[in-house]
Amino acid sequence: MKLALITDIHANREAFEACLDEAQRQGADRYAFLGDFVGYGADPAWVVDRVRALVAEGAIAVRGNHDEAVVRGVRESMNSDAQHVVEWTRSQLDDGQLDFLSRLPYAMERYNSLFVHANAYAPQAWEYVTGRSEAVHSLHATTAPYTFAGHVHEPQLYNLSGLGKIADFTPTPGIAIPVPTHRQWFVLPGSAGQPRDGNPAACWALFEPERSLLTFHRVPYDIDAAANKIFAAGLPPRLGERLKEGL
Amino acid sequence: MSDNDQAGAEPVARYGPLEAGQVIDGFRLEEHLHQGGMANLWRVTHPDHALPMIMKVPRIKGGEDPATIVGFEVEQMILPILRGAHVPQFIAKGDFTARPYIVMEHLDGPSLRPRLDHAPLPVDEVVSVGARVATALHDLHRQHLVHLDVKPSNIMFRPDGTAVMVDFGLSRHDHLPDLLDEEFTLPMGTGPYMSPEQIQFVRDEPRSDLFALGVMLYYMLTGKRPFGQPDTVRGLRERLYREPVPPRALRPDCPPWLQEIILRCLEVDPEKRHDTAAMLAFDLTHPEQVALTARATRMQTSGRIDTFRRWFAAVGNEPKERGNASSSIAQHTIVMAAVDVAGATPGLMEALRETLQRSLQNERSARLACVTVMKTKRIGLDELTDKAGESVHVKLLVQLKHWARPLVQALQLDDPARGAGVTYQVLEAPDPANAIVEFARRNAVDHIVMGARSSSAMRRFLGSVSARVVAESDCSVTVVRDMAGRGTQ
Repeated sequence: MKLALITDIHANREAFEACLDEAQRQGADRYAFLGDFVGYGADPAWVVDRVRALVAEGAIAVRGNHDEAVVRGVRESMNSDAQHVVEWTRSQLDDGQLDFLSRLPYAMERYNSLFVHANAYAPQAWEYVTGRSEAVHSLHATTAPYTFAGHVHEPQLYNLSGLGKIADFTPTPGIAIPVPTHRQWFVLPGSAGQPRDGNPAACWALFEPERSLLTFHRVPYDIDAAANKIFAAGLPPRLGERLKEGL
Repeated sequence: MSDNDQAGAEPVARYGPLEAGQVIDGFRLEEHLHQGGMANLWRVTHPDHALPMIMKVPRIKGGEDPATIVGFEVEQMILPILRGAHVPQFIAKGDFTARPYIVMEHLDGPSLRPRLDHAPLPVDEVVSVGARVATALHDLHRQHLVHLDVKPSNIMFRPDGTAVMVDFGLSRHDHLPDLLDEEFTLPMGTGPYMSPEQIQFVRDEPRSDLFALGVMLYYMLTGKRPFGQPDTVRGLRERLYREPVPPRALRPDCPPWLQEIILRCLEVDPEKRHDTAAMLAFDLTHPEQVALTARATRMQTSGRIDTFRRWFAAVGNEPKERGNASSSIAQHTIVMAAVDVAGATPGLMEALRETLQRSLQNERSARLACVTVMKTKRIGLDELTDKAGESVHVKLLVQLKHWARPLVQALQLDDPARGAGVTYQVLEAPDPANAIVEFARRNAVDHIVMGARSSSAMRRFLGSVSARVVAESDCSVTVVRDMAGRGTQ
């Protein structure tokens, strides 16, 4: 089994397509999407339709905070840019698409793994796992050896040893990392649709449970096309510009 | 060394003892070879594998040192991605949830360890072992690995003399999570060989391996350990400020250049050691090119005041954040200029210098190896030693240095602060292409820059040396042409 992990697509069709093409080229036969299908980008309807079709074929998908915000509508607490994006995104989605987003679970367990957008300890509170202590907190909240999460846009890999020590690691793309089940692993594949580690290429990862191997990947995509759609849609231009920098 | 409070790896305590004849995942246990502190070694066979193989099985019981377990995990993680002649070939591994093991190529013969019982060893042997181990280490460093436990019992040899590094239980790979980094609160390594920075928990410095190799060479040469055999962290830290007794004080026939090399390996600051293992191997195989400093002639350690000064500097001197195993190799390349000083046109010679200047000026710590080939007859080797041969050799060497002079000046390659930034060699060989390729291979050259014959008629008659070098060499090759006067005809 080869499970492709794609997360934080954020309505970026070009990045999502590039990840799917590359995953297919590398023999992926299962898919897991870790939330935030919408928000920021200009192609929410296309992305939701594609995810919905893959879920109908057995793919895993969980709910992200942006998906929830779009379903619930604008809140007072959001800044004006965020309000604008949420309103615009809602206007692009039909009832079926909104219904799909509203039914997404916060977490799913399958393949000896936990799939969640933010963390295992309080999936609906959307706290970020940005360091070792949050990673320990999350790994202690599940017995699954593998937790796959999004929300944080930078790729990162944490592991908890049998002796209870946590370590973190910034992965090198394309290198298969052995991830044996006697340790617990917290996997952040990194954002497909809005990478923020200074490398604008889309992030995804491939997990091979039978071989206990995990490979982080980066794939280039047509950033200009994605950014131009953001400008044309009248969304905040900064959302297009940042794609070019990967920040 | 471990955190005793956290010991007790019970999940792996359930495996029964192994017996000859037992079959694990298709591997038949034939003979129990060795019981080490960390692992049992079995000679194994498998119907699908013809290679002689051993199975390494960790010694794990409840309450055992957790370093054993994590070290074994590290080796299971790292060995499968290493390649080449300087490591045992990986065959298979067994999961910790079933029965952990590693099956790898069986290297015949003992490690270097028993040979140390005969130290002090002949100078030639020390140098030859040192060069071969440095070559092996460079290959590992190029594969993004720092070994971090270089010592005689972890060094073996293939029948042709090639050094093979074994036991990667303490190693660190740039591209894999470092399972040892956070696990233990004591420095990881073997006391006598551990570098100062390793004692300070730095695990990504390839030059730590050069320090350990320096300790080993010192011991082989003198029969004494430069920093003794401390068994406390305080004892380990002494090497941060206490200088070793210079080898020549213990071994009067140690040549100054060898003392220079060994003491440079043992520098506290990795920046002062050789930049790469390839450069160390180069020095060990080209003694006449070693730039001698005050280290070469020292006969005693510094006085007490100086030691106090070093101690004072060592206190609170924490190692700097640095890059990773391969980044320093990328900065410290060896560039080989293969120049036909006898045959090339002045225009080509100049074009070669210009190309080299462009490629070297951005690499402040690259070494330039200038080489020319003196063509000899395939038979009648005794002619090499005659008067005419010798004068041709010297003449070529003079021409080579003359050719390099503008380049050396422009880039300040002869600045002593750079170490031996430039070297000169006249290779005597019947086949220039082969001599260039072999030199590059032996000296871990990263990049060959050479000229193409200018006239196509000459190329037709004599064949193209550069085309053969491009085809046969392992490293990058730049072929330079003299573009002047090549307008349309």
